[in-house]
Amino acid sequence: MVSPDNFQLPEQLSTGAAEVDDLYMFVYWFSLIFTAIIVAVMIYCIVKFRRRPGVKAEPVGHNLVMELVWTFGPVVFIAILFHLGFKVYVHNAVAQEGAMEIRARGRQWLWEFQYPNGSTATNELKLPVGKPVKFIISSDDVLHSFYVPGARLKRDAVPGMYTNITFTPTKLGPMQVFCAEYCGTSHSGMLAMIEVMTPEAFQKFLDEGDKPPAGTSPEEYGATLYKKNACNTCHSVDGSKMPGPTWKGLWGKQEQMADGSTVQVDENYVKESILKPQAKIAAGFTTTQMPPFTLKDPQIDAIIAYMKTLK
Amino acid sequence: MGAATTTVPRAQPHHPDPNENYLKAERGIMSWLVTLDHKRIGIMYLISVILAFAVGGAFALGVRLELFSRGRTIMDADQYNRAFTLHGVVMVFLFIIPSIPAALGNFILPIQLGAKDVAFPRLNLMSYYIYVFGACFALYSMVNGAVDTGWTFYTPYSMRTASSVIPMVLGAFIMGFSSILTGVNFLVTVHKLRAPGQTWTKLPLFIWGLYSTSIIQVLATPVLAITLLLLCLERFLGLGIFDPKLGGDPVLFQHFFWFYSHPAVYIMIVPGMAVVNEIIATFTRRAIVGYMFVAMSSLALALLGFLVWGHHLFVSGMSEYATMVFSGLTFLVAIPSGVKVFNWVATLYKGSIRLESPMLYALSFIFLFTIGGLTGLFLGMLAIDVHLHDTYFVVAHFHYVMVGGTVMGFVGGLHYWWPKMTGKLYSEGMAKVAWFLVFIGFNVTFIAQFIMGSRGMPRRYYDYLPEFEIFHKVSTIGSWILGAGFLTMLAMFIISLKSGAKSTRNPWGSAALEWQTPTPPPLANFIKVPTITRGPYDYHLATEEELSEQ
Repeated sequence: MVSPDNFQLPEQLSTGAAEVDDLYMFVYWFSLIFTAIIVAVMIYCIVKFRRRPGVKAEPVGHNLVMELVWTFGPVVFIAILFHLGFKVYVHNAVAQEGAMEIRARGRQWLWEFQYPNGSTATNELKLPVGKPVKFIISSDDVLHSFYVPGARLKRDAVPGMYTNITFTPTKLGPMQVFCAEYCGTSHSGMLAMIEVMTPEAFQKFLDEGDKPPAGTSPEEYGATLYKKNACNTCHSVDGSKMPGPTWKGLWGKQEQMADGSTVQVDENYVKESILKPQAKIAAGFTTTQMPPFTLKDPQIDAIIAYMKTLK
Repeated sequence: MGAATTTVPRAQPHHPDPNENYLKAERGIMSWLVTLDHKRIGIMYLISVILAFAVGGAFALGVRLELFSRGRTIMDADQYNRAFTLHGVVMVFLFIIPSIPAALGNFILPIQLGAKDVAFPRLNLMSYYIYVFGACFALYSMVNGAVDTGWTFYTPYSMRTASSVIPMVLGAFIMGFSSILTGVNFLVTVHKLRAPGQTWTKLPLFIWGLYSTSIIQVLATPVLAITLLLLCLERFLGLGIFDPKLGGDPVLFQHFFWFYSHPAVYIMIVPGMAVVNEIIATFTRRAIVGYMFVAMSSLALALLGFLVWGHHLFVSGMSEYATMVFSGLTFLVAIPSGVKVFNWVATLYKGSIRLESPMLYALSFIFLFTIGGLTGLFLGMLAIDVHLHDTYFVVAHFHYVMVGGTVMGFVGGLHYWWPKMTGKLYSEGMAKVAWFLVFIGFNVTFIAQFIMGSRGMPRRYYDYLPEFEIFHKVSTIGSWILGAGFLTMLAMFIISLKSGAKSTRNPWGSAALEWQTPTPPPLANFIKVPTITRGPYDYHLATEEELSEQ
């Protein structure tokens, strides 16, 4: 038997999650009991007072006390609910002293993270367990919403302003991040993953940076970069139609540009298209603007190697 | 030659007999299209909103079918985004807002007042054609690239998308005027055209509900009109009100939008509650307990509805102090909602209850609206809302209110007044089968959505993680049961029109005024102007003849 707590709510992965869940379960049980009482009274009345020949309904009298009780009685209860909801909300909204600040930028359709040391990552963030973290959230284009169910937190990424959320991860392992505000074609592909690790492993990661795992070929590394950098939200590898040109059969092709010229898809074109996407725009793909990506040469080479495999 | 003395007979304007059945008083298609009779206008609205419901329902089934399995099922991401947007736009603007007030209200409100018609019959006809005109814009947008912004048109996405935003927004803008004019018409009608003796304390609660709704329609809709117009101007002229690239503020759009659209939620639900009052009174043969409290709770909802729009913006980056104020105000809505539920249930106690199809819908309303209302408590509590906002929990919550509430009220009212409107009876057995399918299908569809929502499934997602697949599958299967229920209902009503038995004046044995006039009502609603001596639910004061089902 699954306990209702686990069935209705995702795993608690932050310090604040348990408090939110306690409130949720409180309102849940209240609602369940309230609904059960209403339904029980309704069924009782339907059976007991079903229409019988010769039996008339009793005319309605006026009971002012009863009316006043159920009009103003609930005020006490909703005042308590309001108070609890606001208290936990404020508690979860205030960052702890010394929280590590992480920038989270939403873009159609990826999350870009920036560590305090300035290094960036797309759709994949590593955090140390037990250390408070404060996300400073912004958007480069339309509305997004940074949603971490494991921490029971979300906040919109609004172009033109900064918003923030804060929590302390409590468990080693992955934490899912969703975009929760509709943002266009690949909204549902705008997923990121937070990897919570030991403080030692996190420090090692910060010192060494992101390297291809030992023993992977450039093609395999390219395939992981394709996903990690959210290339997959706009470029298919099976030829299906998406906001950007498919990579299937792209390598070596004479590509028609929006301005009428043609370009050979080679190393230079791919590199330029990653670093400065607006320099040359393929015909038929003018509606969505690809943002520039800051990748290093070995990563670009790996992507090219992967692209070559997509015949 | 003397002056011609022959008089040319002047064409006599055709005066149909006011005592003739309104369906037969005049004949021909033109007698419908340019009619000033509120009953015929109500029927034209009814046909239109049912068509809109079918279209919106088809989009809903498409959305659910796409989500049956992960990845592509029947459509690509862009088509999916259009499908859920059109489902929302059609259901909100073309179906649910006009459904009860403009269709059922138009037909029933003047009769319940004891009036011959609404105060401004020509304005009434005009508001129908404005609705049709607005619907044409929406239709144009649909066949011309459609819209992929969601029904909320949030900026700046709605500024940048290549889809057909402007015609759709103009459609909603135009339909808003139809809503305003209906509201004005009803307000004046209730104030000025009550029959002799029809005092405010004897008004049916249906009228109190529509009166409250009309206030919202008149006061809130202009704000939507202004907002949508600014959106169009911004897209056309680059005005820079909502788009941060031009120096605007996207959160401002949300404030404007919800300043209308939250009160609009009460434009949708208060008429549903209004219908439920009538049904419960008739099928318990008893006055609604706490009549004045129920009447005032409609007004309270109408007024409180204006103060809570900010709860749609709890995670939008609005200030923490503002969220606090809006959370507190939002909880106040629970009070009038609770008053209604408590009084309805109290009315059942010591009543004389008969479970015919309208009553099944009214009781379903109480049950489903209770769930819809209570899940609103989760969303009103700030800490929980931050987790649930923009997830399927919210989707399920407002469907429990809008479908479990308003649609049940609309359908219940349609069953209840069907004999009065058409003069025909329908198959009660088939109606009960349809009710059963709708009730089961609805709960299967949306309980699954509550669970996946609280587990973190965001809304408006074309694709989803494997852990949510089972909930989506259950929800989609539920949508098929729900669809089958509505199709059964449609078939039942069509059979009733074609071969239904003739209805008596008062098939439910109701004490309410609209059941005292012949079925279908004469053109002038009453053979002679009624004098109101008792309330619509005073079964103990009504005569045997008035309550006779024959």
